[in-house]
Amino acid sequence: MSQVAESAETDGSTGAGSAGSGLHLRNLRKEFAAFTAVHDLDLDVPSGSFFALLGPSGCGKTTTLRMVAGLETPTSGSIALGERDITWEKPYRRPVNTVFQNYALFPHLDIYENVAFGLRRRKRKDVEREVDAMLELVELTSQARKKPAQLSGGQQQRVALARAIINRPEVLLLDEPLGALDLKLRRSMQIEIKRIQTEVGLTFVHVTHDQEEAMTMADTVAVMNAGHIEQMGAPAELYENPQTTFVANFLGQSNLIEGTVRGRDGEDVKVDMQGTVVTIPGQRAHVAGNAGDLGWVGIRPEKVLIAEEGQVIDAPGNSIPGGVVTDVSFVGVSTQYLVRMPWGQELTVFEQNTGRRRLFAKGERVDVSWRPEYAFLLDHTQDRAAGRDEDAD
Amino acid sequence: MSPGMSPLQRMGRWIGQHLVLAGGILVLIYMFVPIFVVVLMSFNDPKSRLVYRFDGFTLQNWLNPCADAAMCSAVSRSIQIGLLATLIATVLGTMMAFALVRHRFHGRSVANLAIFLPMASPEIVLGSSLLALFVAAGFAGQLGFWTILIAHIMFCLSFVVITVRARLAGLDNNLEQAAMDLYANERQTFLRVTFPLVFPGILGAALLAFSLSFDDFIITNLNAGNTTTFPMYVWGVAQRGVPMQVNVVGTVMFVISVAIVVGVELNRRRQEKALAR
Repeated sequence: MSQVAESAETDGSTGAGSAGSGLHLRNLRKEFAAFTAVHDLDLDVPSGSFFALLGPSGCGKTTTLRMVAGLETPTSGSIALGERDITWEKPYRRPVNTVFQNYALFPHLDIYENVAFGLRRRKRKDVEREVDAMLELVELTSQARKKPAQLSGGQQQRVALARAIINRPEVLLLDEPLGALDLKLRRSMQIEIKRIQTEVGLTFVHVTHDQEEAMTMADTVAVMNAGHIEQMGAPAELYENPQTTFVANFLGQSNLIEGTVRGRDGEDVKVDMQGTVVTIPGQRAHVAGNAGDLGWVGIRPEKVLIAEEGQVIDAPGNSIPGGVVTDVSFVGVSTQYLVRMPWGQELTVFEQNTGRRRLFAKGERVDVSWRPEYAFLLDHTQDRAAGRDEDAD
Repeated sequence: MSPGMSPLQRMGRWIGQHLVLAGGILVLIYMFVPIFVVVLMSFNDPKSRLVYRFDGFTLQNWLNPCADAAMCSAVSRSIQIGLLATLIATVLGTMMAFALVRHRFHGRSVANLAIFLPMASPEIVLGSSLLALFVAAGFAGQLGFWTILIAHIMFCLSFVVITVRARLAGLDNNLEQAAMDLYANERQTFLRVTFPLVFPGILGAALLAFSLSFDDFIITNLNAGNTTTFPMYVWGVAQRGVPMQVNVVGTVMFVISVAIVVGVELNRRRQEKALAR
């Protein structure tokens, strides 16, 4: 393992030295007979980063990945690794390797030969030493002479990873690599893959429909929808400041409430939300902001505070009265309420069970409130329900 | 047996339990008696060629299999035709199967259907139409080894295509893509991944083709001219007394088939055992 780590470090330093490396997609487009899977995509993945392409099934993320691997031919646009254009390169001439969704291990070869496959094709010397080191890294040394079918799902997954990483590709592509594993194993493999990525220092591009997986593993997440990238950034940034209704709903949950823009107040935007004027910080308001425009005021359920009618809650100025609890689900660490507001909409509220505040019962009248800096304002022309319930594959 | 049952019920149950077993054994005997007779007769020392009866035990038939030279030359001709037909039909059929599974071309679905036609047509129809074709093409005087071979390749082809196609269709496309992703060019991908994985299907197709060719009588008889294959020889001598050596050939063929089946089964069990480990 130490050998791998050392060679990875030297590789990493030389990689960082060559300026302009990383993966660059320009106006990448893929049309199939009946539809366009990827619309003029622009994307830059910095060298050495762990990048996630997140989106519901059919959003074009796997097609994008396959174009980078060379398994799908783009309709137009370009793919470059650093300065080198690989758009039309054969898959076996690209310094790119893939971990396939169903692993695609060669059933007639044993684990050792599966892992050695790429090295042998490139006539590398020292195959034995490298394969041994790699099997040690993924803790499969004792399984070297078994056939893939004799291994468990988690072990097969590690073979698929080892088989790709051993070639030290400039970019490693992972296509829903954990989709076939059960939840518990998936969580431990997430940590495992993250550890291996840190150890070998390669660029990982990870395709997934699981938002939790993307957020735990990746440095940067690009949310894809219908062939476009909706938004890209660090997981926390995407979650706290979504720019579209799709991102707001697909990444976690959001309450989206219709409001009318009153105008700007310095940096902030003032919105009349169903009779209550709320203030939204300028960098969180993703609308033109002209007075009279409609917009969606968004707030995450865990940011909403719930209190007895008339009680002063800690966020002055944004308190909204007149709610009625219509549903209570006690989860243990938290309680989820549905609160019907005077304008008829039901808001979702998560309360941490800290013990400081009492539980509310169904039918009780409550006030809700949130701090202005937690809310965000989205374009009213977007579908309020976009991205909801789409993460289930 | 439970005490609460009436004698009638008890009898019914006894019959139910034993009748199925007895029936099964009878069916098996029915299936194996002809083979048993062939094996037995291969050790027969007949008093007369005309009476098919076990007259005494001898090893003479086994020690002198070619007592009737005509039989041995027929057997050797059948094996030659079988091997050549198998080789050519397997190569052609495998390529056809690849084309049908892997390539999108105009008329693909029609081709997929047309493959079944030779299998579905009665042999007598195929045989007579081939004869008509050969005669019309001016080969009437040259019917023999080559026309038989052409006929055999023709009817073996469908079986090869269908067997290999089934294996190919079950092959995960991703495996070839994975090979390409791991720096194997088209040729290496075929040699290292595709071919080894499809090989069992090709082998099965070849065995099937050989047994079809070796066994064929109707089509062969129509297109053979003066040439005699083993089935034609047996048919010919059947009227004037079959030499016991025919049973030797029959027994050898039977033993080879059993050996192949047992070998395949043992190999499968060995692999399963390895999986269970």
